[in-house]
Amino acid sequence: MQDVLDRITKNPKFHEFIAMRNRYSIIMAIISAAAYYGFILLVAFDKELLAQKTGAGVTTLGVPLGVGVIVFTIVLTWVYVRRANTEFDATNEAIIKEAQK
Amino acid sequence: MSIKHILSAVAALALAGGAYAAGADLGQAQKQATNWTAIVMFGLFVGFTLYITKLAAARTKSAADFYTGGGGITGFQNGLAIAGDYMSAASFLGISGLVFANGFDGLIFSIGWLVGWPVITFLMAERLRNLGKFTFADVASYRFSQTPVRVFAASASLVIVAFYMIAQMVGAGQLIKILFGLEYLYAEILVGCIMLAYVLFGGMTATTWVQIIKAVMLLGGATFMAVAVLLQFGFSPEALFAKAVEVHSKKDAIMAPGALIKDPISAISVGMALMFGTAGLPHILMRFFTVPNAKEARKSVAWATTWIGYFYILTFIIGFGAITNLIQNPGDFYVGGELAKGLKGGGNMAAVHLSKAVGGDLFLGFISAVAFATILAVVAGLTLSGASAVSHDLYASVFNKGCSSEQELRVSKIATLALGALAIVLGIMFEKENVAYMVMLAFTIACSSNFPVLFMSVLWKNCTTRGAVVGGFVGLILAAVLTIGSASVWEAVLHNPKGSAWFPYNSAAIFSMTAAFFTIWLVSILDNSEQAKKERALYPSQQLRSETGLGAAAASAH
Repeated sequence: MQDVLDRITKNPKFHEFIAMRNRYSIIMAIISAAAYYGFILLVAFDKELLAQKTGAGVTTLGVPLGVGVIVFTIVLTWVYVRRANTEFDATNEAIIKEAQK
Repeated sequence: MSIKHILSAVAALALAGGAYAAGADLGQAQKQATNWTAIVMFGLFVGFTLYITKLAAARTKSAADFYTGGGGITGFQNGLAIAGDYMSAASFLGISGLVFANGFDGLIFSIGWLVGWPVITFLMAERLRNLGKFTFADVASYRFSQTPVRVFAASASLVIVAFYMIAQMVGAGQLIKILFGLEYLYAEILVGCIMLAYVLFGGMTATTWVQIIKAVMLLGGATFMAVAVLLQFGFSPEALFAKAVEVHSKKDAIMAPGALIKDPISAISVGMALMFGTAGLPHILMRFFTVPNAKEARKSVAWATTWIGYFYILTFIIGFGAITNLIQNPGDFYVGGELAKGLKGGGNMAAVHLSKAVGGDLFLGFISAVAFATILAVVAGLTLSGASAVSHDLYASVFNKGCSSEQELRVSKIATLALGALAIVLGIMFEKENVAYMVMLAFTIACSSNFPVLFMSVLWKNCTTRGAVVGGFVGLILAAVLTIGSASVWEAVLHNPKGSAWFPYNSAAIFSMTAAFFTIWLVSILDNSEQAKKERALYPSQQLRSETGLGAAAASAH
């Protein structure tokens, strides 16, 4: 077992892989934070924009934007999980397999 | 009482400029007429869940079964259970009540509670699963010296659990008066004893199933209400909003942001507490050890995020449905039949009254039972995580290293009993107290202690035991002290004169979390001890396991 671990640690592909995956995670985290804080800052500084009507009715821009933040958060989570559970896990498996040879 | 209640809730919200904690507080309530349908439905729920507990008990033999249900829960099931842990009675009744009173502000409020989940998904879920076994302290102490890190983790966890628990127990007591028409004391004893039965006999397996059943009932009930409301308007949200604007006393204002956010520093600070605090709540973190691998751990959070987000959209529709259905029928839903006197049972009862309006007495009973069962499930999860902190982190890792699984299991059951008794006692002690700040305080402490320690220990090579423990305690203490100095505790709880609060913001997170990270960094880089060198040298092997899952604790065979 120890030599498998050593071989993975020495494999440059492993370090490239985790650096890439970490970068991806952090970018996704920043996007989700930006969506939330963007919305909150609008609430704090531009209430008029959110209070603007979207059409002839009473619905304001705030409603689709607010619901949009919720839906966007859910979608972003699934995008990450899909990619991590297929592509990343496959690369991970391949690196482990290579070390076990 | 009622209009005063709504007004004071609105005033508190406006005053705090972002008092997100308001949705977690059910306030003082007046006892209503006994609702037998609700009591019978609740009895059925308890009977069914106790039966499941009995089945689970037969499978709860080892400490691993007790803490993680054997690790064999699927990502989908765990996602529902996490959602069940997170969707409290306060978020269901409180947020729909907030929408009922203020419209759009309720949506802003609910979004805040969702943003912690992507952070967990992207940064924590798989690393937690790969490094941990029973508690998050397993993760944080992976390459550190066990005793100090475990003592820190257990202290922070127990403090968080205590505040969260008091808020739930007091909420249960207030709710039972309005939902079932029973005395406050009954709620404390009922919740305490039934929850003990789940945790004591069924451990994590029973707790998980209680969460799942509750989540399905709550999501099902809320979906039914939202669909019934939309049906009245031919599934046109615009028509629903138009009618609401027509009948609501605030007219157009309910479609736009109101007084929820006034001071940007507080808003950002509250956002930080919610965003990173979720990733530091012990009862949420422990759910990641119940799944077999990192793949399922990721799926759990994706499902949890989906259900929680969906639930918040439902509460928004439910709040508007309450506006259109209740205001026009003051005779049925308002005190003395007068709008000016407020809703029967207070502003938080909007969703409960709506359930009667769209589904009659039987559905009212169902929703009341679900709302109360919700507290039961959350308290069970909290107790289990508190008991794990005592038995796994303190007993088995500090005081009696190398004890057998049987000994550890026995201690966890004793700890469960003690925590259950404590919950009842605290619930009774705090009956008349203002507990509105407590859930927010739990989040603030979580984001300033558990989260930084976990984050730095897993992702920063140079982190050392000394840095983690000192930084974690600094965050914990600062979060508590600054919260005490804010208006919501200094003035509202400690009765100091208005304007005397010495901490000007309503959330400490932006300061306490930053201080925790800074202290961990500073103390770690100044730490040149032999121990620190050893810990840094262990980072590559920790990283290998956290990133690849090689050597991760496997699910126990069942």
